[in-house]
Amino acid sequence: MREWRYWIAEQKATLMALGIFVLMFAIYTLNHPAGFTANVIQTAANKGVLLAFVAMAQTLVVLTAGIDLSIGMIFILTNCLASWLVVGTAVETTLGVAAVLASGLACGILNGAIVIYGRLQPIVTTIATGAIFFGLALLLRPFPGGSVNEDLADALTGRVFGVIPASLLALAMVVLVIWVPFSRSVYGRAAYASGSSEVAAYMSGMPIRRAKFLAYTLAGLLASIGGLFLTFFTYTGEAALASGNAYTLFSIAAVVLGGVSLFGGKGSAVGAIFGALAFRTIGDLLFVFDLDPLWQPLFQGVVLLIAVSVGAFALFRVRNRLEWFG
Amino acid sequence: MSDLTSEQRPSRQMPRLFRRFDPAVATAFACIVLLLVFGSFYSTSFLSPEYLLQQLKVASFLGVIATGMMIVILLGQIDLSVPWSVAMGGMMACAAAAFGPVGAAMAIPFGMLCGMGLGLLNGVGVAYLRIPSMIITLATNAVAQGLMVVYTGGFSPQDSATPAMRYLATGDLIPGIPNAVIIWAIVGAAAVFALGRTTFGRSVYAIGNRERAAYLSGVDTRRVVLIAFVISGGLSALGGVLLAGYASKAAQSMGDAYLLPSIAAVVLGGTSILGGRGSYLGTVAGVILITLLQSILSVMQMPEAGRQITYGLVIVLMLLLYGRTPASR
Repeated sequence: MREWRYWIAEQKATLMALGIFVLMFAIYTLNHPAGFTANVIQTAANKGVLLAFVAMAQTLVVLTAGIDLSIGMIFILTNCLASWLVVGTAVETTLGVAAVLASGLACGILNGAIVIYGRLQPIVTTIATGAIFFGLALLLRPFPGGSVNEDLADALTGRVFGVIPASLLALAMVVLVIWVPFSRSVYGRAAYASGSSEVAAYMSGMPIRRAKFLAYTLAGLLASIGGLFLTFFTYTGEAALASGNAYTLFSIAAVVLGGVSLFGGKGSAVGAIFGALAFRTIGDLLFVFDLDPLWQPLFQGVVLLIAVSVGAFALFRVRNRLEWFG
Repeated sequence: MSDLTSEQRPSRQMPRLFRRFDPAVATAFACIVLLLVFGSFYSTSFLSPEYLLQQLKVASFLGVIATGMMIVILLGQIDLSVPWSVAMGGMMACAAAAFGPVGAAMAIPFGMLCGMGLGLLNGVGVAYLRIPSMIITLATNAVAQGLMVVYTGGFSPQDSATPAMRYLATGDLIPGIPNAVIIWAIVGAAAVFALGRTTFGRSVYAIGNRERAAYLSGVDTRRVVLIAFVISGGLSALGGVLLAGYASKAAQSMGDAYLLPSIAAVVLGGTSILGGRGSYLGTVAGVILITLLQSILSVMQMPEAGRQITYGLVIVLMLLLYGRTPASR
């Protein structure tokens, strides 16, 4: 009985994100002209999964009380790279996928090395490395184009057994292979610990630096999985600055909606995934209600603004004003 | 505040010139000289007064925007809403110009007022709701973008800049010196005065060093932070107004090219990204450095991709030289 309660308390934020998502998705499908069909779910899943990967990546970094503003650019860069490499025979495609994932990993390693071993501030560093990644993406794809192995793309964006969207299964796989081992490992716990109090974690002899480095590195990897999936959906590579910036922004919105604390140390990638799916559904609500798509950026901005302001309610619980200053 | 004065006391005895000599500012100026020498090898017209004055004019747009950014960074915060503050300032000023002579007269103040409104939103979020500045400013940036997309219908706005805006950005009141440079000089002088000689400025440095201490010594920290963000929004919008005047119309993405350079200029000028430390002279050096770098890259006909990569590399490398935070021990 007790353990059950602890679990609820621990997962409160994640469950809340799940609740928001279920509510929003219910409103969405009820008003969708096609209703609750496999096609509608497949389309929604494919769109949501992209943001979910990027949001997972952002979560890892945010947990350590950092931020990665280059995440959208890694996403774009790996999209452009995949549109060159993930083509041809099965062997070539496999090597291409491996190369794309390795390049995402390399981007993450660069960020991590500069932030942790170079001791620079994450905000400025990742804005600067984001410019580098975007420049590389432009070099790869000055104009939108390229192609992708369509068999693989269709397999990963289609449906398994005619019902379950394959992209959701891929997302679940990634959670099981990357997030679950990470969050249960010593490094994962150290990442949480350094996010909630770096001094205390340092004093307890936790491997803070390696944990943070691993977080940035895995963030790069997850963003590249997102980039790979973007290529599978669009069949092309495009170095779009606006799209990169939007994904960075939306990843933060998803993380906040998913109950991950921006001050670090609290939340989980699963919550961020539900946050991402919820954010995407909220954005798409405009379409089912037949509103002008011009209003979508404003609507998403306002949702983001409200989401980040909700955290301010904690201020009402502050007894001593000095706690304002953390 | 008291720890600030005690920190400065020993240096008071040194000559004024040496006290000013921050290694970061010196490095930035050295890089400017290096760039000029490198540029003069590339093209002989690089050192001509006309070319340098033209560079200074281009730099003044960035300079005005970076001034606001610097005040916010001195607080230990950051303003990521610059892109759409700039675009909103330019667009709203041009929009006001469409409303007859009264509108034309009010164009510049109206544009700035819109930017200050966005800054007010940022300030309330950061100071009173205690939302991390990089998050709330990203959110308000998205809201401003959304508003402008709805306003323009997704296309570049058709209204053009007023003659006054064009005069401010391209004319010259004193022959030979562009008006934009004069505006930057006025804004800069006001910033130097406000940061060095007023209670507001000293509070900004104090809050940047330790907000808790500033609060306990009786500074209304929330009001100071709020005002700083309003100033930053207003100056970004002023930059947008000038840019719109320079190009004679506003454009959708006119502000995108100013976020990274404005942060880079402030940080390369030796202002600590953690707040509380930095001089306006350094920001001036940073702005000129960034502008010259841009100019050399475009003279070399470097494509956009190469420019982005060079930017990122230069910022990371210069920060690694002198922007590192102390190791945790």
